[in-house]
Amino acid sequence: MLEGLTPTSILLDEKELNSAQNTLAKNQLPTTRMEAWKYTRVAKLGKTNYTSSEETVTSIDSYRIANDATTFVFVNGHFSEELSSDEIPAGVSISPLSACMEGEIGSTNLILEGEIFNALNTAFLTDGIMIDIEAKANVEKPIQIIHVLKGEANLSNFKTIINAGDFSKAAVIQGFFAEDADRAFANVTSEISVGTNAFLTVDKVQYEAENTSHISTEQVSQGKDSTFTINTITLNGGLVRNNLNIEVNGENCETNLNGAYLLKGKQHVDNHSVVDHRVPNCNSNELYKGVIDDKATAVFNGKVFVRKDAQKINAFQSNGNVLMTDDASVNSKPELEIYADDVKCSHGSTTGQLDEEAVFYLRARGLSEKSARQLMVSAFIGDVLEKIENEDVLNFTHSLLKSRFGWDFE
Amino acid sequence: MITIKNLHASIDGKEILKGLDLTVNAGEVHAIMGPNGAGKSTLASVLAGREDYEVTEGSVDFDGTDLLDMDTEERAREGLFLAFQYPVEIPGVSNINFLRTAINEIREHKGEEAMSAKEFMATVREKSALVELDPKLASRSVNEGFSGGEKKRNEIFQMAMLEPKLSILDETDSGLDIDALRIVANGVNTLKSDKNASIVITHYQRLLDHIVPDFVHVLYDGKIVKSGPKELALELEEKGYDWIKEEMAL
Repeated sequence: MLEGLTPTSILLDEKELNSAQNTLAKNQLPTTRMEAWKYTRVAKLGKTNYTSSEETVTSIDSYRIANDATTFVFVNGHFSEELSSDEIPAGVSISPLSACMEGEIGSTNLILEGEIFNALNTAFLTDGIMIDIEAKANVEKPIQIIHVLKGEANLSNFKTIINAGDFSKAAVIQGFFAEDADRAFANVTSEISVGTNAFLTVDKVQYEAENTSHISTEQVSQGKDSTFTINTITLNGGLVRNNLNIEVNGENCETNLNGAYLLKGKQHVDNHSVVDHRVPNCNSNELYKGVIDDKATAVFNGKVFVRKDAQKINAFQSNGNVLMTDDASVNSKPELEIYADDVKCSHGSTTGQLDEEAVFYLRARGLSEKSARQLMVSAFIGDVLEKIENEDVLNFTHSLLKSRFGWDFE
Repeated sequence: MITIKNLHASIDGKEILKGLDLTVNAGEVHAIMGPNGAGKSTLASVLAGREDYEVTEGSVDFDGTDLLDMDTEERAREGLFLAFQYPVEIPGVSNINFLRTAINEIREHKGEEAMSAKEFMATVREKSALVELDPKLASRSVNEGFSGGEKKRNEIFQMAMLEPKLSILDETDSGLDIDALRIVANGVNTLKSDKNASIVITHYQRLLDHIVPDFVHVLYDGKIVKSGPKELALELEEKGYDWIKEEMAL
């Protein structure tokens, strides 16, 4: 798997590099015997000989999610300067990691020990982006990162670093796409730090290809009085695994995790999230919903920790799935681990098929079967889509739903 | 309007309708009464095209076309309407959004132009007033959180919006208090014309005080065993169905 790859030339922290190399030397790819990977097989990744070649994309017209945004484009993880914005808004500094000086990237809180994909990402990091939002900056235009996989058996080890300064407000859009890609693999990490009273929203749109793989880990830490929202929309990709780890380190925080996944063919999408409430007086809301068609499989594993002295936590978690065929499947595991005694937490998981009686009812009013099912799917997934505040992201999502599934929800 | 001949239908291999004949002409209201298990709701389901039922024999002609050959939605588009005995709650699907889709799909089927948003909203206002349905309910999720009476009024509201040729009201009266019943009946009576027709399925004679039928039929053991003028309903109310059973046994 690693023979064709070159060790990273990005100036990362030495200790972290060593730790990553150590993990790679000692560990194999996870198997389904490991609890965290029980329903997701990654063996095929180990059988592919990856390279990380530079490819060019001529246009990003079909990948541009927001029109009025500061856009940075990466192809197979390599920075594409000519397709990226040359103007950076006030209050922000943005730089590809390849342009960072020694010591500039600093150390991170990404877990490297035993985490082979994080280690792979670090040791063979292709490139990435560092976004520093100044304290008190109100960045009106979203910052848009477009990542395109291209060519055969290309591995992109890509990293996003976001530091949202105290009292700042910003939105980041991450779009993952594939263009003439065969067996390509995006192995992505994000390290996100949300400062005191900062507001940060991340909209993540995954639309790669049925024969590509994507594993990403977002490591988020929230300071006091901050609000962090992440909306993960997964509409294409053969094997997708999203690890979302959020440490709530300051009081009076709000954390929103929303996810919508619509799968068909033989897609496999696995959303793993951990919200770790370490301090009192915080709210977290998690809503993930999926529609699974054909022979596709989905996994949801959401864990909420409430630590011993983290009183007055409101933590809500919900996962809903609709299976469109008998061959579609889902493994859903919401988990709560509570060590405090004055909290309000709930979790729930539902999996079912579309209510056939309702389909009949709508047809008995003259709707075609397709319209009836579309209306019900739209109502089901609409709960999540309505959480997306950025209209461009929402419109783009609707256009993908239409082109990939023929669903017109608007 | 509709001619049902020798209709046999079964579910899970069990025959429920055993040779039912019925003819309904435009401008008429027919009441179908009968004891539990006689096949009243099966008749409604078979006419609406519910796929759980298998028609094993017989024919249904609906205004010159073979009804049994059509899918549920085609029947609706050709002007057949079923007011459900148990209207379904559909969370997240807005009542008026789906009605608008329905109306426009019906119009498209007929080769007509789509209804404009303005015309649609005006119609919603007019028709929801007819059944005294709070316009707020009209725009909420289909039947979600509606009371029993509101659900039934919503059925008649939808009927008013879709303007069907033939309406089948499946026990629309059951579970309604007298005020709700009056509202529902008033809706049905107002919509009545010489171009449309109704089949009113009921267990109780009470409804027929408000929706006056031209004919009353008694359905028993999968067949219509007795037909008569509206007075037949009163006789049934007074004597119960045992009287029919005895007469049948003879």
